[in-house]
Amino acid sequence: METLNYRHKAPQRAKGSKRQVIVGVVASGNLEVLAERVLPDSECEVDIRTAAEGFGEIWQAVVADFVERRSPGGLKFSINDGGARPDTVALRLAQAVSAIEGERT
Amino acid sequence: MIAVVSETSKDHDDASVSTSSWYEASARQRVEHLLDANSFNEFIGPEWRETSPHLPLFDLPEQFDDGMIVGYGRLGGKPVLVAAQEGRFMGGAFGEIHGAKLTGLLRAARDMASVPVLILFDTGGVRLQEANAGELAIAEIMRALIEARLVGVPVVGLVGGRAGCYGGGGLIAGCCSALAVSEQGRISVSGPEVIETNRGVEEFDSKDRALVWRTMGGKHRRLIGGAEVFADDTMASFRDAARYLIEHAPSMSLSTLESEQSRLAQRIERFGHCSDAVDIWRSLGAAEPENLPALHYREFAALANDLQEPRHDAR
Repeated sequence: METLNYRHKAPQRAKGSKRQVIVGVVASGNLEVLAERVLPDSECEVDIRTAAEGFGEIWQAVVADFVERRSPGGLKFSINDGGARPDTVALRLAQAVSAIEGERT
Repeated sequence: MIAVVSETSKDHDDASVSTSSWYEASARQRVEHLLDANSFNEFIGPEWRETSPHLPLFDLPEQFDDGMIVGYGRLGGKPVLVAAQEGRFMGGAFGEIHGAKLTGLLRAARDMASVPVLILFDTGGVRLQEANAGELAIAEIMRALIEARLVGVPVVGLVGGRAGCYGGGGLIAGCCSALAVSEQGRISVSGPEVIETNRGVEEFDSKDRALVWRTMGGKHRRLIGGAEVFADDTMASFRDAARYLIEHAPSMSLSTLESEQSRLAQRIERFGHCSDAVDIWRSLGAAEPENLPALHYREFAALANDLQEPRHDAR
Protein backbone atom coordinates (compact mmCIF):
# COMPACT_ATOMS: atom_id res chain seq x y z
CA MET A 1 0.00 0.00 0.00
CA GLU A 2 1.13 3.55 -0.66
CA THR A 3 -0.20 6.73 0.92
CA LEU A 4 -0.28 9.98 -1.04
CA ASN A 5 -1.59 13.41 -0.10
CA TYR A 6 -2.13 16.49 -2.24
CA ARG A 7 -3.27 19.97 -1.22
CA HIS A 8 -4.36 22.61 -3.68
CA LYS A 9 -5.76 26.11 -3.69
CA ALA A 10 -9.17 26.21 -5.37
CA PRO A 11 -10.43 29.49 -6.89
CA GLN A 12 -14.10 28.67 -6.22
CA ARG A 13 -16.09 26.93 -3.53
CA ALA A 14 -17.89 23.72 -4.55
CA LYS A 15 -21.59 24.47 -5.01
CA GLY A 16 -24.41 23.13 -2.86
CA SER A 17 -24.69 22.45 0.85
CA LYS A 18 -24.47 18.67 1.12
CA ARG A 19 -21.94 17.70 3.81
CA GLN A 20 -20.61 14.50 2.33
CA VAL A 21 -21.02 11.87 -0.37
CA ILE A 22 -19.40 8.57 -1.19
CA VAL A 23 -19.07 7.06 -4.68
CA GLY A 24 -17.52 3.89 -6.06
CA VAL A 25 -16.36 0.70 -4.36
CA VAL A 26 -12.95 -0.75 -3.58
CA ALA A 27 -12.43 -3.55 -6.08
CA SER A 28 -9.83 -4.50 -8.65
CA GLY A 29 -9.50 -1.56 -11.05
CA ASN A 30 -11.99 0.48 -9.04
CA LEU A 31 -11.89 2.93 -6.13
CA GLU A 32 -14.09 4.70 -3.61
CA VAL A 33 -14.08 8.45 -3.14
CA LEU A 34 -15.43 9.99 0.07
CA ALA A 35 -15.94 13.74 -0.36
CA GLU A 36 -16.46 15.84 2.79
CA ARG A 37 -17.12 19.57 3.05
CA VAL A 38 -14.71 20.24 5.91
CA LEU A 39 -12.10 22.70 4.57
CA PRO A 40 -12.02 26.48 4.08
CA ASP A 41 -13.70 27.50 0.80
CA SER A 42 -10.42 28.16 -1.01
CA GLU A 43 -8.76 24.86 -0.18
CA CYS A 44 -8.92 21.30 -1.44
CA GLU A 45 -7.21 18.14 -0.25
CA VAL A 46 -6.94 14.68 -1.76
CA ASP A 47 -5.86 11.84 0.52
CA ILE A 48 -5.09 8.56 -1.21
CA ARG A 49 -4.39 5.01 -0.10
CA THR A 50 -3.60 2.87 -3.11
CA ALA A 51 -2.78 -0.79 -3.69
CA ALA A 52 -0.71 0.10 -6.78
CA GLU A 53 2.64 1.48 -5.63
CA GLY A 54 4.92 3.79 -7.58
CA PHE A 55 2.36 5.85 -9.50
CA GLY A 56 2.71 9.08 -7.49
CA GLU A 57 3.51 11.22 -10.53
CA ILE A 58 0.40 10.09 -12.36
CA TRP A 59 -1.81 10.66 -9.29
CA GLN A 60 -0.32 14.14 -8.96
CA ALA A 61 -1.15 14.94 -12.59
CA VAL A 62 -4.71 13.53 -12.39
CA VAL A 63 -5.45 15.41 -9.16
CA ALA A 64 -3.99 18.71 -10.46
CA ASP A 65 -6.05 18.41 -13.66
CA PHE A 66 -9.19 17.63 -11.63
CA VAL A 67 -8.77 20.63 -9.31
CA GLU A 68 -8.21 22.91 -12.27
CA ARG A 69 -11.33 21.68 -14.10
CA ARG A 70 -13.79 21.46 -11.19
CA SER A 71 -12.44 23.88 -8.55
CA PRO A 72 -13.75 21.79 -5.64
CA GLY A 73 -13.09 24.43 -2.94
CA GLY A 74 -13.84 23.37 0.63
CA LEU A 75 -13.78 19.64 -0.12
CA LYS A 76 -11.58 16.94 1.30
CA PHE A 77 -11.42 13.77 -0.81
CA SER A 78 -10.41 10.50 0.81
CA ILE A 79 -9.68 7.68 -1.61
CA ASN A 80 -9.29 3.95 -1.13
CA ASP A 81 -7.93 2.62 -4.42
CA GLY A 82 -7.87 -0.94 -5.69
CA GLY A 83 -5.57 -0.15 -8.61
CA ALA A 84 -7.86 1.94 -10.82
CA ARG A 85 -6.64 3.41 -14.11
CA PRO A 86 -6.16 7.20 -14.28
CA ASP A 87 -9.28 7.68 -16.43
CA THR A 88 -11.40 5.79 -13.87
CA VAL A 89 -9.93 7.92 -11.08
CA ALA A 90 -10.74 11.12 -12.98
CA LEU A 91 -14.33 9.98 -13.58
CA ARG A 92 -14.86 8.99 -9.92
CA LEU A 93 -13.53 12.36 -8.71
CA ALA A 94 -15.86 14.17 -11.12
CA GLN A 95 -18.76 11.94 -10.00
CA ALA A 96 -18.06 12.81 -6.35
CA VAL A 97 -18.15 16.55 -7.07
CA SER A 98 -21.35 16.24 -9.13
CA ALA A 99 -22.94 14.26 -6.29
CA ILE A 100 -22.03 16.69 -3.53
CA GLU A 101 -23.08 19.69 -5.63
CA GLY A 102 -26.35 18.14 -6.79
CA GLU A 103 -29.61 17.59 -4.98
CA ARG A 104 -29.47 13.81 -5.31
CA THR A 105 -26.61 11.51 -4.50
CA MET B 1 -47.36 -18.71 -0.83
CA ILE B 2 -47.97 -16.11 -3.46
CA ALA B 3 -45.25 -14.81 -5.72
CA VAL B 4 -45.13 -11.09 -5.56
CA VAL B 5 -45.97 -9.48 -8.86
CA SER B 6 -44.53 -6.03 -8.89
CA GLU B 7 -46.98 -3.19 -9.10
CA THR B 8 -45.97 0.32 -9.93
CA SER B 9 -44.08 1.59 -6.97
CA LYS B 10 -45.76 4.72 -5.72
CA ASP B 11 -42.94 6.01 -3.61
CA HIS B 12 -40.48 6.06 -6.49
CA ASP B 13 -42.06 7.77 -9.50
CA ASP B 14 -39.04 7.26 -11.70
CA ALA B 15 -39.89 4.18 -13.80
CA SER B 16 -36.30 3.64 -14.90
CA VAL B 17 -35.22 3.34 -11.27
CA SER B 18 -37.97 0.85 -10.39
CA THR B 19 -37.05 -1.43 -13.29
CA SER B 20 -33.29 -1.09 -12.92
CA SER B 21 -31.34 -4.22 -12.05
CA TRP B 22 -30.82 -5.29 -8.44
CA TYR B 23 -27.95 -7.53 -9.53
CA GLU B 24 -26.04 -4.72 -11.22
CA ALA B 25 -26.58 -2.15 -8.45
CA SER B 26 -24.20 -1.30 -5.64
CA ALA B 27 -25.25 -1.94 -2.03
CA ARG B 28 -25.90 1.78 -1.55
CA GLN B 29 -28.07 1.96 -4.66
CA ARG B 30 -30.08 -1.05 -3.48
CA VAL B 31 -30.73 0.56 -0.09
CA GLU B 32 -31.68 3.86 -1.66
CA HIS B 33 -34.17 2.35 -4.10
CA LEU B 34 -35.55 -0.31 -1.77
CA LEU B 35 -36.65 2.19 0.87
CA ASP B 36 -38.98 5.18 0.60
CA ALA B 37 -37.23 8.07 -1.14
CA ASN B 38 -34.71 9.94 1.03
CA SER B 39 -35.70 7.99 4.15
CA PHE B 40 -32.41 6.18 4.80
CA ASN B 41 -30.20 7.18 7.72
CA GLU B 42 -26.92 5.34 8.11
CA PHE B 43 -25.33 4.15 11.36
CA ILE B 44 -21.52 4.33 11.48
CA GLY B 45 -21.30 5.78 7.96
CA PRO B 46 -18.14 5.89 5.87
CA GLU B 47 -17.09 9.20 7.45
CA TRP B 48 -16.48 7.27 10.69
CA ARG B 49 -13.77 5.31 8.87
CA GLU B 50 -14.46 2.17 10.92
CA THR B 51 -12.31 0.02 8.67
CA SER B 52 -10.96 -3.48 9.10
CA PRO B 53 -8.06 -3.79 11.56
CA HIS B 54 -6.88 -6.92 9.72
CA LEU B 55 -6.57 -5.91 6.06
CA PRO B 56 -3.63 -3.49 6.61
CA LEU B 57 -1.65 -6.41 8.10
CA PHE B 58 -1.93 -8.07 4.68
CA ASP B 59 -1.18 -4.81 2.84
CA LEU B 60 -4.67 -4.86 1.34
CA PRO B 61 -6.91 -1.87 0.66
CA GLU B 62 -9.72 -1.06 3.08
CA GLN B 63 -13.17 0.33 2.40
CA PHE B 64 -14.56 3.08 4.66
CA ASP B 65 -17.76 1.14 5.44
CA ASP B 66 -15.97 -2.26 5.41
CA GLY B 67 -18.49 -3.45 2.81
CA MET B 68 -21.45 -3.33 5.22
CA ILE B 69 -24.04 -0.55 5.26
CA VAL B 70 -26.43 -0.45 8.22
CA GLY B 71 -29.12 2.03 9.16
CA TYR B 72 -32.82 2.73 9.39
CA GLY B 73 -35.42 4.08 7.05
CA ARG B 74 -39.01 3.63 5.94
CA LEU B 75 -40.64 1.11 3.66
CA GLY B 76 -44.19 1.92 2.61
CA GLY B 77 -44.20 4.53 5.37
CA LYS B 78 -43.27 2.07 8.13
CA PRO B 79 -39.92 2.01 9.94
CA VAL B 80 -37.38 -0.69 9.05
CA LEU B 81 -33.78 -1.48 9.95
CA VAL B 82 -31.58 -2.34 6.98
CA ALA B 83 -28.21 -4.02 6.41
CA ALA B 84 -26.65 -4.28 2.94
CA GLN B 85 -23.47 -6.03 1.86
CA GLU B 86 -21.32 -4.68 -0.98
CA GLY B 87 -20.51 -7.78 -2.99
CA ARG B 88 -17.79 -6.16 -5.05
CA PHE B 89 -15.60 -5.31 -2.04
CA MET B 90 -13.75 -8.48 -0.95
CA GLY B 91 -16.62 -10.53 -2.41
CA GLY B 92 -18.97 -9.11 0.24
CA ALA B 93 -17.15 -11.24 2.78
CA PHE B 94 -17.69 -11.07 6.55
CA GLY B 95 -14.82 -9.59 8.57
CA GLU B 96 -14.72 -8.32 12.14
CA ILE B 97 -16.15 -4.82 11.54
CA HIS B 98 -18.45 -5.91 8.70
CA GLY B 99 -19.97 -8.53 10.98
CA ALA B 100 -20.08 -6.35 14.11
CA LYS B 101 -22.20 -3.78 12.27
CA LEU B 102 -24.84 -6.41 11.48
CA THR B 103 -24.68 -7.86 15.00
CA GLY B 104 -25.26 -4.41 16.46
CA LEU B 105 -28.19 -3.76 14.14
CA LEU B 106 -29.85 -7.04 15.11
CA ARG B 107 -29.32 -6.38 18.83
CA ALA B 108 -30.91 -2.96 18.40
CA ALA B 109 -33.83 -4.68 16.66
CA ARG B 110 -34.11 -7.11 19.57
CA ASP B 111 -34.12 -4.28 22.13
CA MET B 112 -36.74 -2.26 20.21
CA ALA B 113 -38.74 -5.44 19.58
CA SER B 114 -41.02 -3.76 17.05
CA VAL B 115 -39.02 -2.76 13.96
CA PRO B 116 -38.46 -5.36 11.22
CA VAL B 117 -35.00 -5.99 9.75
CA LEU B 118 -34.05 -6.39 6.10
CA ILE B 119 -30.71 -8.03 5.24
CA LEU B 120 -29.53 -7.50 1.65
CA PHE B 121 -27.15 -10.43 1.26
CA ASP B 122 -24.29 -10.32 -1.25
CA THR B 123 -21.47 -12.47 0.10
CA GLY B 124 -19.05 -15.30 -0.52
CA GLY B 125 -18.86 -16.02 3.22
CA VAL B 126 -16.12 -15.30 5.75
CA ARG B 127 -13.22 -13.08 4.70
CA LEU B 128 -10.22 -15.40 4.69
CA GLN B 129 -7.83 -12.71 5.97
CA GLU B 130 -10.01 -12.38 9.09
CA ALA B 131 -10.81 -16.05 9.48
CA ASN B 132 -11.37 -16.40 13.23
CA ALA B 133 -12.87 -12.94 13.70
CA GLY B 134 -15.12 -13.57 10.71
CA GLU B 135 -16.29 -16.98 11.97
CA LEU B 136 -17.03 -15.46 15.39
CA ALA B 137 -18.97 -12.69 13.66
CA ILE B 138 -21.16 -15.28 11.90
CA ALA B 139 -21.93 -16.97 15.23
CA GLU B 140 -22.72 -13.64 16.93
CA ILE B 141 -24.97 -12.59 14.05
CA MET B 142 -26.93 -15.86 14.14
CA ARG B 143 -27.42 -15.54 17.90
CA ALA B 144 -28.51 -11.90 17.62
CA LEU B 145 -30.85 -12.77 14.73
CA ILE B 146 -32.54 -15.56 16.67
CA GLU B 147 -32.85 -13.33 19.76
CA ALA B 148 -34.54 -10.67 17.63
CA ARG B 149 -36.94 -13.24 16.14
CA LEU B 150 -37.76 -14.62 19.59
CA VAL B 151 -39.17 -11.24 20.64
CA GLY B 152 -41.27 -11.12 17.47
CA VAL B 153 -39.08 -9.13 15.07
CA PRO B 154 -39.36 -10.27 11.43
CA VAL B 155 -35.91 -10.63 9.83
CA VAL B 156 -36.21 -10.83 6.04
CA GLY B 157 -33.34 -11.70 3.70
CA LEU B 158 -33.11 -10.50 0.10
CA VAL B 159 -30.77 -12.42 -2.21
CA GLY B 160 -30.02 -11.27 -5.75
CA GLY B 161 -26.47 -9.93 -5.82
CA ARG B 162 -23.34 -10.76 -7.77
CA ALA B 163 -21.64 -12.74 -5.04
CA GLY B 164 -24.77 -14.73 -4.17
CA CYS B 165 -25.18 -15.81 -0.55
CA TYR B 166 -22.57 -18.38 0.44
CA GLY B 167 -20.66 -19.69 3.44
CA GLY B 168 -21.68 -18.09 6.72
CA GLY B 169 -24.03 -15.87 4.72
CA GLY B 170 -25.95 -19.01 3.74
CA LEU B 171 -26.17 -20.00 7.41
CA ILE B 172 -27.48 -16.57 8.41
CA ALA B 173 -29.99 -16.66 5.55
CA GLY B 174 -31.20 -20.01 6.90
CA CYS B 175 -31.95 -18.33 10.25
CA CYS B 176 -34.09 -15.58 8.69
CA SER B 177 -37.89 -15.43 9.06
CA ALA B 178 -38.27 -15.48 5.28
CA LEU B 179 -36.23 -15.03 2.09
CA ALA B 180 -36.80 -13.52 -1.33
CA VAL B 181 -34.49 -14.60 -4.14
CA SER B 182 -34.16 -13.64 -7.79
CA GLU B 183 -33.02 -15.92 -10.59
CA GLN B 184 -29.53 -14.41 -10.31
CA GLY B 185 -29.38 -15.04 -6.57
CA ARG B 186 -27.65 -18.16 -5.32
CA ILE B 187 -27.96 -19.56 -1.81
CA SER B 188 -25.70 -22.27 -0.45
CA VAL B 189 -23.01 -22.88 2.15
CA SER B 190 -20.11 -24.42 0.22
CA GLY B 191 -19.66 -22.69 -3.12
CA PRO B 192 -19.08 -24.52 -6.42
CA GLU B 193 -15.29 -24.21 -6.33
CA VAL B 194 -15.16 -25.36 -2.70
CA ILE B 195 -17.14 -28.50 -3.47
CA GLU B 196 -15.06 -29.30 -6.54
CA THR B 197 -11.79 -28.76 -4.65
CA ASN B 198 -12.84 -31.04 -1.80
CA ARG B 199 -14.84 -33.72 -3.59
CA GLY B 200 -13.57 -33.72 -7.15
CA VAL B 201 -14.91 -32.61 -10.52
CA GLU B 202 -17.18 -35.63 -10.85
CA GLU B 203 -19.02 -34.58 -7.70
CA PHE B 204 -19.47 -31.02 -8.87
CA ASP B 205 -18.07 -29.27 -11.95
CA SER B 206 -17.81 -25.62 -10.91
CA LYS B 207 -17.22 -24.53 -14.51
CA ASP B 208 -20.62 -25.91 -15.54
CA ARG B 209 -22.59 -22.71 -15.01
CA ALA B 210 -25.93 -24.34 -15.82
CA LEU B 211 -25.26 -26.96 -13.14
CA VAL B 212 -24.31 -24.27 -10.60
CA TRP B 213 -27.47 -22.27 -11.27
CA ARG B 214 -29.88 -25.18 -11.25
CA THR B 215 -28.35 -26.48 -8.02
CA MET B 216 -27.94 -23.24 -6.04
CA GLY B 217 -29.83 -20.62 -8.06
CA GLY B 218 -32.96 -18.73 -7.15
CA LYS B 219 -35.40 -20.84 -9.17
CA HIS B 220 -34.35 -24.07 -7.51
CA ARG B 221 -34.33 -22.50 -4.03
CA ARG B 222 -37.84 -21.21 -4.61
CA LEU B 223 -39.11 -24.60 -5.80
CA ILE B 224 -37.80 -26.60 -2.86
CA GLY B 225 -39.05 -24.06 -0.32
CA GLY B 226 -35.64 -22.55 0.45
CA ALA B 227 -37.05 -19.11 -0.38
CA GLU B 228 -40.62 -17.90 0.09
CA VAL B 229 -40.77 -15.40 -2.76
CA PHE B 230 -39.27 -15.40 -6.24
CA ALA B 231 -38.42 -11.82 -7.17
CA ASP B 232 -37.72 -10.30 -10.55
CA ASP B 233 -34.29 -8.70 -10.90
CA THR B 234 -35.64 -5.18 -10.32
CA MET B 235 -35.68 -2.70 -7.46
CA ALA B 236 -39.49 -2.61 -7.51
CA SER B 237 -39.84 -6.38 -7.32
CA PHE B 238 -37.50 -6.69 -4.33
CA ARG B 239 -39.30 -3.79 -2.69
CA ASP B 240 -42.66 -5.52 -3.10
CA ALA B 241 -41.18 -8.81 -1.89
CA ALA B 242 -39.75 -7.16 1.23
CA ARG B 243 -43.08 -5.52 2.10
CA TYR B 244 -44.97 -8.77 1.56
CA LEU B 245 -42.57 -10.88 3.63
CA ILE B 246 -42.46 -8.42 6.55
CA GLU B 247 -46.24 -8.71 6.76
CA HIS B 248 -46.27 -12.51 6.45
CA ALA B 249 -43.16 -13.56 8.38
CA PRO B 250 -43.83 -16.56 10.62
CA SER B 251 -43.10 -16.21 14.32
CA MET B 252 -40.30 -18.11 16.04
CA SER B 253 -41.15 -20.81 18.56
CA LEU B 254 -40.47 -24.42 19.42
CA SER B 255 -43.31 -25.53 17.17
CA THR B 256 -41.81 -23.46 14.32
CA LEU B 257 -38.56 -25.37 14.66
CA GLU B 258 -40.32 -28.72 14.93
CA SER B 259 -42.33 -28.12 11.78
CA GLU B 260 -39.18 -26.99 9.94
CA GLN B 261 -37.42 -30.15 11.07
CA SER B 262 -40.25 -32.30 9.76
CA ARG B 263 -40.35 -30.35 6.48
CA LEU B 264 -36.64 -31.03 5.96
CA ALA B 265 -37.07 -34.71 6.87
CA GLN B 266 -39.83 -34.98 4.27
CA ARG B 267 -37.62 -33.26 1.72
CA ILE B 268 -34.92 -35.90 2.15
CA GLU B 269 -37.50 -38.66 1.96
CA ARG B 270 -39.03 -37.25 -1.18
CA PHE B 271 -35.94 -36.07 -3.08
CA GLY B 272 -33.05 -37.94 -1.45
CA HIS B 273 -32.73 -40.30 -4.41
CA CYS B 274 -32.49 -37.50 -7.00
CA SER B 275 -29.05 -36.89 -8.49
CA ASP B 276 -29.83 -33.59 -10.20
CA ALA B 277 -32.15 -30.64 -9.66
CA VAL B 278 -34.02 -31.56 -12.85
CA ASP B 279 -35.03 -34.86 -11.22
CA ILE B 280 -36.42 -32.93 -8.27
CA TRP B 281 -38.42 -30.65 -10.53
CA ARG B 282 -39.81 -33.68 -12.31
CA SER B 283 -40.76 -35.24 -8.96
CA LEU B 284 -42.52 -31.99 -8.08
CA GLY B 285 -44.67 -32.46 -11.17
CA ALA B 286 -43.12 -30.04 -13.67
CA ALA B 287 -44.27 -31.06 -17.16
CA GLU B 288 -41.05 -30.02 -18.89
CA PRO B 289 -38.43 -29.75 -16.15
CA GLU B 290 -35.57 -29.26 -18.63
CA ASN B 291 -37.14 -26.00 -19.73
CA LEU B 292 -37.46 -24.44 -16.28
CA PRO B 293 -34.16 -22.52 -16.45
CA ALA B 294 -35.32 -20.76 -19.63
CA LEU B 295 -38.64 -19.53 -18.24
CA HIS B 296 -39.09 -15.80 -17.77
CA TYR B 297 -39.97 -14.30 -14.40
CA ARG B 298 -43.76 -14.24 -14.66
CA GLU B 299 -44.07 -17.71 -16.20
CA PHE B 300 -41.77 -19.17 -13.60
CA ALA B 301 -43.34 -17.36 -10.65
CA ALA B 302 -46.76 -18.69 -11.65
CA LEU B 303 -45.46 -22.22 -12.16
CA ALA B 304 -43.60 -22.16 -8.85
CA ASN B 305 -46.83 -21.35 -7.02
CA ASP B 306 -48.37 -24.51 -8.48
CA LEU B 307 -45.38 -26.79 -8.02
CA GLN B 308 -43.79 -25.86 -4.73
CA GLU B 309 -43.84 -28.62 -2.18
CA PRO B 310 -46.61 -28.24 0.41
CA ARG B 311 -45.87 -25.33 2.66
CA HIS B 312 -45.29 -25.61 6.33
CA ASP B 313 -45.20 -22.67 8.65
CA ALA B 314 -41.62 -23.48 9.21
CA ARG B 315 -38.42 -21.44 9.66
